[in-house]
Amino acid sequence: MNFFKRTIPMIIAFVMGLLMAFQYYVPHESSQNLLKVVTRWGMIISGFAMFIGAYSLFHMHWNRIRQKVSGWGYSIFVFIGAGITIIFGLLNGGEFFWNDKQAGTMFDWIFDNVQVPAGATIFSILAFFMASAAYRTFRARNKEATILLIAAIIVMLGRVPIGTMISQYIPVVADWIMSVPNLAAKRAILIGVSIGVIATSIKIIFGIERAYLGGGD
Amino acid sequence: MIKKTDISIMTWILIAFGIINIILLATGKLGFNAKGIGIITAVAITLAMYSFLYKDNPVFKIAENLFVGVAMGYSLIIIWFNILKPDVFEALIVPMFKDTEIGPQYSVIVPTLLGFFMFLRFSTKLSWLSRWSFAFIVGMGSGIAIPNFINAILLRQLEPMFAPLYTGSFWGTVNTILVLVGVVSVLFYFFFSMEHKGAIGGVSVVGVWFLMIAFGASFGYTVMARMSLLIGRMQFLLKDWLGIIQ
Repeated sequence: MNFFKRTIPMIIAFVMGLLMAFQYYVPHESSQNLLKVVTRWGMIISGFAMFIGAYSLFHMHWNRIRQKVSGWGYSIFVFIGAGITIIFGLLNGGEFFWNDKQAGTMFDWIFDNVQVPAGATIFSILAFFMASAAYRTFRARNKEATILLIAAIIVMLGRVPIGTMISQYIPVVADWIMSVPNLAAKRAILIGVSIGVIATSIKIIFGIERAYLGGGD
Repeated sequence: MIKKTDISIMTWILIAFGIINIILLATGKLGFNAKGIGIITAVAITLAMYSFLYKDNPVFKIAENLFVGVAMGYSLIIIWFNILKPDVFEALIVPMFKDTEIGPQYSVIVPTLLGFFMFLRFSTKLSWLSRWSFAFIVGMGSGIAIPNFINAILLRQLEPMFAPLYTGSFWGTVNTILVLVGVVSVLFYFFFSMEHKGAIGGVSVVGVWFLMIAFGASFGYTVMARMSLLIGRMQFLLKDWLGIIQ
């Protein structure tokens, strides 16, 4: 049984990993088709994974309502929001979900007038909280914090008209920071990240890294 | 526990919101149609979210939970229309019961089964089958990542490092040298196989300076991006809703 539980998943990862890695180096039409088919398969599996995420979210909020934990009433709005959106999505403007998605339906209306403004507002709120985070970060306690503080202030001032009003050189220095020291650090980070990803991928393909299998048998 | 003052503030804001919308609808500044009602809904959501700036309150929590629900519902429907409907329903199920130009694509059974195996994560006896699905995704992702990261990131980032340092101008050459020094020193900082002492310690300190400049620049850039979003929301409230600015 251990063969089905642990060995087969490792074989699947090994075969898929090698197949997709070598596919890149074969410039043949069949190789390109293989990439298309396998990517499509991956999308289908990921699509099902989204339903697991939905189950997890609804299960958590259902338990909150059932156990009447503090603030359980707010969880009802998760179901209201999801329920209304799913119903209008399935109704598809009267064409129903088995037909192609229609444009300009109530489903799109909900997206435009609830999801988009809510998402944009939540991210814009961060502008206020960044002010308090900046105060804590930017207290020039040591040399490194001072460098960070100066770089951040110059970049911020370089992006707004007041920066040019203070000095015409501020936008120039801001651009220089972005294109020289910032580029150097980001380049080194990207080199490190890509080496890390390649090493981890090789470990997964050859069964050294098995965290994705989870615990248990 | 909600304070009485908070309840009265909330009530007055709701009354003011209602009155403003009635005036806007009555004067024709907002149409009594899908667009007008849409703007009022978006404003209500926006103000409910901003109420968090005062403090955590029930209006914000309602809007927050509603947003989570809508986002999840939206994702599920989009996955149906963009992935499951064309690639499973129309490719496999419909042709099995209807005469179509292209017959059923039985190869789709494999990812569909693997997709269903994922649900077995919740079963105590059969949860191991979900590993097959994860192995497929992880193996595929790893295989695709290796050549793509080598080609699209690693080599692309290394390539400019092998260009001549002298670029033809004094400041251009200084900048090229600075980038080289920055990349090497930051890589030294992330190299943990040797203790950061002596010359290596000195180089890694320079790396930290470059990192601090990059973090400061990223922070400044992110602040300005958030500010731009804030300006966008303010424009929506003052222009699209109230019509104060043109």
